[in-house]
Amino acid sequence: MTNEELQNKIASINNSLEFTEEASEFLNITVNKDDLHKLCTDLKSDTDLSFDYLFCMTGIDYGKELGVIYHLESIKHRHQIVVKVKTEDRENPVLDSVTDVWKTAEFNEMEIFDFFGVKFNNHPNLKRLFLTPDWNGFPLRKDYVDVDNIVIK
Amino acid sequence: MIKTIHDWLFSVMPEWAASLTEMVLIAVFYLTLFAVIGLYLVLLERKVAAWFQMRKGPNRVGPWGLFQTMADALKLVTKELTGTTKADKFLYNLAPYFVIVTALVAMSVIPFTQSVQAFDINIGVFFLLAVSSIGVIGILLGGWSSNNKYSLIGAMRSGVQTISYELSVGLSLLTMVLLTGTLQLSEIIANQQEHGWLILQGHIPAIIAFMIFMIAGTAETNRAPFDLVEAESELGAGFHTEYSGMKFAYFFLAEFINMFIIASIAVTIFFGGWLSPFGITEGIIWLQPIWFTVKVVGIIFLMMWFRWTFPRLRIDQLLKLEWKYLLPLNLMNIVIMAIVIWLGWTI
Amino acid sequence: MTKDKITNDSFKTQEYFVNMGPQHPATHGVLRLILTIDGEIIKNIEPDLGYIHRSIEKMCERDSYQQIVHLTDRMDYLSSHINNHAVCLTVEKSLELEVTDRVKVIRTIIDELTRIASHTLWWGVMGMDVGALTTYFLAFRDREMINDIFEETCGARLTMNYNIPGGLMNDIHPNFIKRVKEFLVHFRKKLPEYDSLLTNNVIFQKRTKGVGILSYKDAISYGVSGPVARGSGYSSDVRKIHSYAAYDKVNFDEVLFTEGDTLSRYKVRIAEMWESMKIIEQLIDNIPEGDISVPTKAVIKLPKGEFYQKVETARGELGVYINSTGTKNPYRMKFRSPGLSNLNALNQMVVGGKIGDLVATMASLDIVVPDIDR
Repeated sequence: MTNEELQNKIASINNSLEFTEEASEFLNITVNKDDLHKLCTDLKSDTDLSFDYLFCMTGIDYGKELGVIYHLESIKHRHQIVVKVKTEDRENPVLDSVTDVWKTAEFNEMEIFDFFGVKFNNHPNLKRLFLTPDWNGFPLRKDYVDVDNIVIK
Repeated sequence: MIKTIHDWLFSVMPEWAASLTEMVLIAVFYLTLFAVIGLYLVLLERKVAAWFQMRKGPNRVGPWGLFQTMADALKLVTKELTGTTKADKFLYNLAPYFVIVTALVAMSVIPFTQSVQAFDINIGVFFLLAVSSIGVIGILLGGWSSNNKYSLIGAMRSGVQTISYELSVGLSLLTMVLLTGTLQLSEIIANQQEHGWLILQGHIPAIIAFMIFMIAGTAETNRAPFDLVEAESELGAGFHTEYSGMKFAYFFLAEFINMFIIASIAVTIFFGGWLSPFGITEGIIWLQPIWFTVKVVGIIFLMMWFRWTFPRLRIDQLLKLEWKYLLPLNLMNIVIMAIVIWLGWTI
Repeated sequence: MTKDKITNDSFKTQEYFVNMGPQHPATHGVLRLILTIDGEIIKNIEPDLGYIHRSIEKMCERDSYQQIVHLTDRMDYLSSHINNHAVCLTVEKSLELEVTDRVKVIRTIIDELTRIASHTLWWGVMGMDVGALTTYFLAFRDREMINDIFEETCGARLTMNYNIPGGLMNDIHPNFIKRVKEFLVHFRKKLPEYDSLLTNNVIFQKRTKGVGILSYKDAISYGVSGPVARGSGYSSDVRKIHSYAAYDKVNFDEVLFTEGDTLSRYKVRIAEMWESMKIIEQLIDNIPEGDISVPTKAVIKLPKGEFYQKVETARGELGVYINSTGTKNPYRMKFRSPGLSNLNALNQMVVGGKIGDLVATMASLDIVVPDIDR
């Protein structure tokens, strides 16, 4: 399906979504964080869409908000979309886990928790993946300060 | 020559002193032989491995690297003995000696030539089997007392493996004992001197028995493809993970001596020991040890060939191979051998 | 203890933990697996990562795009050229820079040589992990020839740094074509040796057949890629699906095996080496004339936006995500590493198997730990 068809199709599932195609080759969908899990389940189970391959999962710090970006692809139809979700709570950001939809999210969510501090509900084993459990702060956040290891030029 | 020394000793000394000196001489001779065989088998293995792997192998220390293993042994002797504090000290220190002493004892009954045999007892084959299976206790002790999980897994594997393959070694030798009617190693060779090598005498069942013996023998010595005890890609170094210096060297040497013992048994039982093929050099005594060495090295080369080409079995496949294939085949083979002898079909 | 007092509790078995790694021969570097074992049977695996984490993604936020290319060598060091290629492609895509055909073809040839080099090393290590030590040396004999070619043309053997955004650092060495042809002749003769030494060995077949099964459905759900995915019958070759460089001009097959076990993943890689040779043979005589790089500004500034490019490394699908705000540094850069997803599926594959199965399966995943940790 082309991006336009995808947009129409996905809008018919959930009409509270925000679509952009600006400065990206993929169709970008921004979803409210409470609807995330529902949308993901729909995207995977719908036979016309069948986004069964989560090929990239990125945490991002927008400055004010923390976000997670899901790159999805369908094995059958070979179309790709991007789902974005944001949360403004920087102290205790919580999102729903999608490990039950795509199992590959397990390690990726652990990585995002490790570097951005985003917690995921219903994750089977949420802990720091790379860093030691007693590490302070979340290094990939833009406001992370580490006077010992980061040299600011 | 041995007889001359014996006579000379008894002529210059009182009887008790002469026997004592003789025993000490024999002990020294065997210990030297033990060390030389161990060290040069290590070198041979490294050379063979290098040959299989398109490398040169050790070639720096001495001509063709002949002193390489000497240097290695020196390093191991002078190395500090480290150990774990949580180990069961007594058993931990005992284990290497268990392994090395049993290997040494087993060597005593092997006839290197017609006259060089320290201990010619009438239950030779039985004695060899009994002694060689004690070695596994050393491995079990070492693995258990090291207080290391990898060692423990290795030791347990070793126990399971040795108990299983002991059967096949015993039964395949028993098949040949049927043919000779004696357990005494010198008599077995005398029999072969008269009627030809046992592998020819017993033809088909003997060849089957030899193949089973080689498989089970390789497993007994814990060498690839049955090296699950060490299995460096699974268990680090297996049962001897926590050993260092000379204690490690004991385990290491014992492995090679055991390989030598298995090869010697195979040569003695199947290939006529120190006999020349078809008696071509029967009268020449000094050729006897050379024939023996040539045959043993041939068998050892075969075992090294296994090691450098085959992947390792998994523990359940190892047990399956023994209990489901080798053991029934072995039992059947004994019956076949009995029938062959009964009908007089031996060559 | 009298006879009637012996109950089931007397023979109670206990599960225990074993640390496999970070210094263990089978974990290929510094991966640590915490195994829960019952006797020899594996009950659970928990990977503990981060022993070689160098925060490449954080460093990228500080570096210019030319510098980032060189950082990526250190991720999956066995397909370093392909990593460079991925970043260059992303940058070129965002700048709408069209590189010359010559660059495309040379990049493709070196990509495929890298793939063969990586697979030969994997084959040697796979043999070692299942206990056949000689494989390692056979593999290095052939890999050495490729490394010599790289050394001549790129100046380095492992971390080549040959790509720059817009093209290549230098032109190929005059000997390059001759050397590659020599290698192809040599390797066509030697690759069947791999089969006769290891693939057709009964013990090897027994060790790998039906071991570490990953079903088609699980393969997709776990997002595995590369030979691991194709061993489960899941067609995931980025070179075919989202073709890049000169892959659309060459004729090659995507290797698929459907059993999903260790042996089929093994066979995929062996067959992929044949396919790679096929690709190189088609291109080596037809390297078009042209410039080796399109000039870029000294300081590359990407336009505002998000860019994504995936390539097929020797281990699977490598994705590069760049979020740019229009400055000379990326705002956020993410590498989708193939190893992380493949490792994620390990638990599913080996639970219930023996320790030996774990080692064989892990070898068939072809894990490079710096690629997982980044």
